[in-house]
Amino acid sequence: MTSFVDFRNVWLAYNDELLAKRQFAVEDISLQMQQGEFIAIVGPSGCGKSTFMKLATGLKMPSQGSILIDGREVSGPLKITGMAFQAPSLLPWRTTLDNVLLPLEIVEPYRSRFRKERAAYADKARKLLQSVGLAGYEDKFPWQLSGGMQQRASICRALIHEPKMLLLDEPFGALDAFTREELWCILRDLWTVQKFNVILVTHDLREAVFLADTVYVMSRSPGRMLVQRQIELPRPRELELTYTKEFTDIVLELREHIGAIRKPAGVTA
Amino acid sequence: MTPKQREQLSPWLLLIGVLLLWELACRGFNVSEFIFPSPSRIAAQTIEFHSVIAGHAWRTFWVTMVGFGISIVVGTLLGFLIGSSRLAYAAMYPLMTAFNALPKAAFVPILVVWFGIGVGPAVLTAFLISFFPITVNIATGLATLEPELEDVLRVLGAKRWDVLIKVGLPRSMPYFYGSLKVAITLAFVGTTVSEMTAANEGIGYLLISAGSSMQMGLAFAGLVVVGAMAMAMYELFAVIEKRTTAWAHRRSGAA
Repeated sequence: MTSFVDFRNVWLAYNDELLAKRQFAVEDISLQMQQGEFIAIVGPSGCGKSTFMKLATGLKMPSQGSILIDGREVSGPLKITGMAFQAPSLLPWRTTLDNVLLPLEIVEPYRSRFRKERAAYADKARKLLQSVGLAGYEDKFPWQLSGGMQQRASICRALIHEPKMLLLDEPFGALDAFTREELWCILRDLWTVQKFNVILVTHDLREAVFLADTVYVMSRSPGRMLVQRQIELPRPRELELTYTKEFTDIVLELREHIGAIRKPAGVTA
Repeated sequence: MTPKQREQLSPWLLLIGVLLLWELACRGFNVSEFIFPSPSRIAAQTIEFHSVIAGHAWRTFWVTMVGFGISIVVGTLLGFLIGSSRLAYAAMYPLMTAFNALPKAAFVPILVVWFGIGVGPAVLTAFLISFFPITVNIATGLATLEPELEDVLRVLGAKRWDVLIKVGLPRSMPYFYGSLKVAITLAFVGTTVSEMTAANEGIGYLLISAGSSMQMGLAFAGLVVVGAMAMAMYELFAVIEKRTTAWAHRRSGAA
């Protein structure tokens, strides 16, 4: 069985100078991801999680090793991915609707049809915005929305072109706890319906365990994958699950791995 | 009176206050009108010579607008180049800064040698003095793009050009309009300075000839007219800026 995403012993140094010194941002990453799988990557700050994202999108090429996505070796930006970051980074001069439409103005095959099909695309964007609870806000500007609403719009922008893969770099990190949990559920529902692949980079272990099929723990730089943990909690998962013992046991177990990483090397004796 | 009305009225009240004080000082200390004319004297001279002043003002106005037009085109293109390429930025910025530090009045004699007395030097001085802020502001707007946003678009296969057109340019528009407000006032300075030595027409010429014939009222009238034109254009661009880039000024009460 072939996997959708296949990292084979991937090493990355950011430039030739660092490569010569053998200083890598990520080391020896091997990881397989099935079609429709939701994975989460957790780890301390500066562990190369964002580097991993850049590799998975084709924005960076590995220095060693190879990455296959959808059966093909990655050699440039993939166009089958959508991205959202901690900062919603919506364009303030565009309405929410126009922000969501932005990818369609860029990515083929939508790009060349954009003028003709604008009305249909706008409908599609409205439906997507509705599904995340932003009905009625389509024609507002981003700065008229709350942080949580902006982040929802940002996720819509990442999904409008029906990507096969969604990459989320700490998307809920700047939100308050209640809004964050609300957005977990929105993401869960979108994923349940559309079954795209998700790579979620996060600091939040509860978030990772609640949403993902598999959680990977990365070590401090240079980034390595330390632990791979399947989350076998039944789906659909409800928020109440996060207060059960099963759930907190997994979170604690993962937390211990992070704790072990955090201990400065050499001081253990 | 609401606070907003008070704010709108305040520049006019200040102007009237200053003029009153000026008038009183001139009368009270009996200052000769050949040294420092009073506002009423300037007003009288403006009315007396209004057709002469209007002729010179029109000349200064259109010459400035031509120079300013060139500076918008050249300034924008240069800014686009510098802001979109790190190499161009590294190569050109130090030179441009050095150039900007040169007093533009010093170019006038050279321009006279090249283009003769008249429109040429004035247009070019207006251009030389006013393109720099436009260039710097466009370049800043383009160069300070959020990297995340660029990634979002590049992942979709966007070319550099797409990113510049979809994000860079709209994003630098507030900077652009802001720079126009500064540049237009500088352009008037350039034209006037050039006309003082290298023209037989225009407000700069009027200032010199009125000064040399001791018509201080007329000279001051010329200054007032330049100031008024610059202020009017400044306000025009401020209005255009507010209309077109309201999203950048949202804190001042739009939302």
